Amino acid sequence: MIKSYLVKAALTLCVAAATLAPQVRAADTVKVGVLHSLSGTMAISETSLRDVLLFAFDEINKSGGVLGKQIEPVVVDGASNWPLFAEKAKQLLEVDKTAVTFGCWTSVSRKSVLPVYEKNNGLLFYAVQYEGEELSKNIFYTAEAVNQQATPAVDYLLAEGKKKFYLLGSDYVYPQTTNLVLLEYLLSKGVPLANIGGGLSKDSDGKVISAGKYTPFGHTDYQQIVAEIKKFAASGDACVVSTLNGDTNVPFFKEYAAAGLTAEDCPVVSFSISEDEFRGLPADQLVGQLGCWTYFQSIQSPANKKFITNFTDWLKTTEVPGIQKEGRVTCSPMVLSYDGVYLWKAAVEKAKSFDVDKVRTVLESGTISFSGPGGKVTMQKNHHLTKNVYIGETTKDGQFKILKSFNNVVGEPFLKGTFKASDGKPAAAKKKKKG
Amino acid sequence: MRKPENLILIIGALLLLVIMPLMNAYGTAGSPLHVSDYTINLWGKYLSYALLAISVNLLWGYTGLLSLGQCLFFSLGGYALGMHLMLKIGKLGQFYKAGNNPLELPDFMVFMGKTELPGHWIPFHNFWFAALMVFVVPGMVAFLFGWLAFRSRIKGVYFSILTQALTYAASLLFFQNKFTFGGNNGLTDFKTLLGADLNAADVRRNLYIATVILLFTVLLLVKWLLGTKFGKVQKAIRDSENRVLFSGYATTTFKLFIFVLCAVIAGAAGALYVPQVGIINPSEMTPDKSLEAVVWVAVGGRGTLLGPVYGAIFVNALKSWATTAYPDYWLIILGGLFVLAVLFTPNGMAGLPQQIKDIIAWFKRRAANRHAEAAAATPA
Repeated sequence: MIKSYLVKAALTLCVAAATLAPQVRAADTVKVGVLHSLSGTMAISETSLRDVLLFAFDEINKSGGVLGKQIEPVVVDGASNWPLFAEKAKQLLEVDKTAVTFGCWTSVSRKSVLPVYEKNNGLLFYAVQYEGEELSKNIFYTAEAVNQQATPAVDYLLAEGKKKFYLLGSDYVYPQTTNLVLLEYLLSKGVPLANIGGGLSKDSDGKVISAGKYTPFGHTDYQQIVAEIKKFAASGDACVVSTLNGDTNVPFFKEYAAAGLTAEDCPVVSFSISEDEFRGLPADQLVGQLGCWTYFQSIQSPANKKFITNFTDWLKTTEVPGIQKEGRVTCSPMVLSYDGVYLWKAAVEKAKSFDVDKVRTVLESGTISFSGPGGKVTMQKNHHLTKNVYIGETTKDGQFKILKSFNNVVGEPFLKGTFKASDGKPAAAKKKKKG
Repeated sequence: MRKPENLILIIGALLLLVIMPLMNAYGTAGSPLHVSDYTINLWGKYLSYALLAISVNLLWGYTGLLSLGQCLFFSLGGYALGMHLMLKIGKLGQFYKAGNNPLELPDFMVFMGKTELPGHWIPFHNFWFAALMVFVVPGMVAFLFGWLAFRSRIKGVYFSILTQALTYAASLLFFQNKFTFGGNNGLTDFKTLLGADLNAADVRRNLYIATVILLFTVLLLVKWLLGTKFGKVQKAIRDSENRVLFSGYATTTFKLFIFVLCAVIAGAAGALYVPQVGIINPSEMTPDKSLEAVVWVAVGGRGTLLGPVYGAIFVNALKSWATTAYPDYWLIILGGLFVLAVLFTPNGMAGLPQQIKDIIAWFKRRAANRHAEAAAATPA
């Protein structure tokens, strides 16, 4: 009896200790949260972002910290579990009182923590390409908006003489929304409905509300879909716009190659495969296929070379447990995480304060820029970045050969309904200079 | 049954229902006597998991039905309340504010190009309808599935596999965006419940208190049920169903009743969980979540009244702590713990005091035997 009570008491103490202990803090440090999945299905992608963030913190700490304070990272594991993301966000904000958090990969994890950041007036930097249609005053999206990935890719393909577009994606919110925007965009560019493949879904009045073919997560059977694409591509002027996620790319590209389709007949442009994902894919089956990001490891610039060298050196010397040291690459989400840290640092230094409201005002002023590995990025009033966009062709060694770049593309989260077919020209939110 | 159990119930109720909320409401922040809003919210989550574990235990520990799909009912209860919360966002929704959602549809529907609210969503505007559905939907699903399964005499491992398949199928269905329940993102960004701001400290506290009250009500209900004739039949079914059947009891009816009851408990737990956690999505229905609940029961003590509560709180508290303290190794810690628990504590945490007593008694006995042997060996 007494023992059971003791067990209970010990348990309560254990929890209390766990929740109270991190409150002890040294005066000359500032706490910064890192909220990524280090276990579970998303760990393979998100762990790389944790690594690059810790690298950025070390780099900043070595050069004197932020406002004279050393960054003290609080790394927590969201464990690919969305309610746990919300719990961890609450912990970072309410218990650890972190000045800023860098984190989240999936849209659902961001949606899960969004109310927490809004309630506690926290600050979150989000670095992974996403669907837009969201603008929280507490989140800064260093991520690619749809018009910094999907629409430039389509522009490129149109310029290459492609006339038919097959839309294919995993069934979740990012592909669904991207394809909704692409449908409007393609129509505005004069591509007829008949040339948009994958299927259209209509509402009760017969109005087209969505387009594209969707397969569940972990789908493996692409035989039928590839057969459909082959028929679609018979005319020779077709391409596939793919928002397939993670593992499903393996069976898709295998089937694609088996059906005799090549990048010459019908190129596939994928928005979810970066250098980091290549580590788990059969790269030789993807040779010649296209990717579109705001950073490629193959960018030849002094800033990028320095970044890669420093990161590789850091990996060798770091003593943080659990970091994979061999065979590492850099990719767009990693660089955008890295950019986010420096943008925050610049804003804090300009505001001369860690106060969220003050930092936000500075970030929204449109004057905070950082010349990162992918080129110069500038934070806009709408919490998105102005940055360069690159189209690349995959090579045998899992890298991209850059084919084209668009400079200073303005990130725009709300795109639905902005592309009008009537005048045949893209409407607002499209300021592009060819570089 | 056993006296210590009553004492723990009383102390636990006092601690969780009176002392913790009081310390949260009146303690000054920073003092050791203060329980933070974060802790209250976290315990609200643990205790709704505890309710889920009780429902797993009532099936597995007391009736011998290992349900590997209990989280389906948990999620259905959560979705039922979540739908209501979603509709109550109304004018606070992002698209309404932006002026392109005059019908106040949930944001994800605008997103997906919907122009009107699907028919089955409409009644969820009413809180009481949603509250009723929290019980009715999981209950009905359990009734239909249970009726088919038990009537066909599906038992043992086959029953477990079927429940797992059921929850997996449901998760695939809910993952589809066309199914109008928000797809992969599920339902989130809730603002108000019955007009009260869900993020306010006192509302969080009241939700926590509601969870504690339901927890103890269910505990007392289970305790009472086990003492009745019904409870005896239940345990008899667990130990030897054929004998019960041949003694003239319609075991199907008994099993069906308990299965539906457990689904309703899980549904209510889910409905309390969702406003406290702030999100419900199909990943809650995937089989591994239900397996996790089974693990809580195993760690806490299967077939004991309080075991599932201990297990759910302990494992989840450990998870909360380890995902911060050892973000890279916590799965190994958790896994190691389960292995140890299964190998060395057959009755879980609830059986631990008795186990310790037994070990001490064994040592004493051995010492006494040695003494006796020594005495016998000494020639008179």
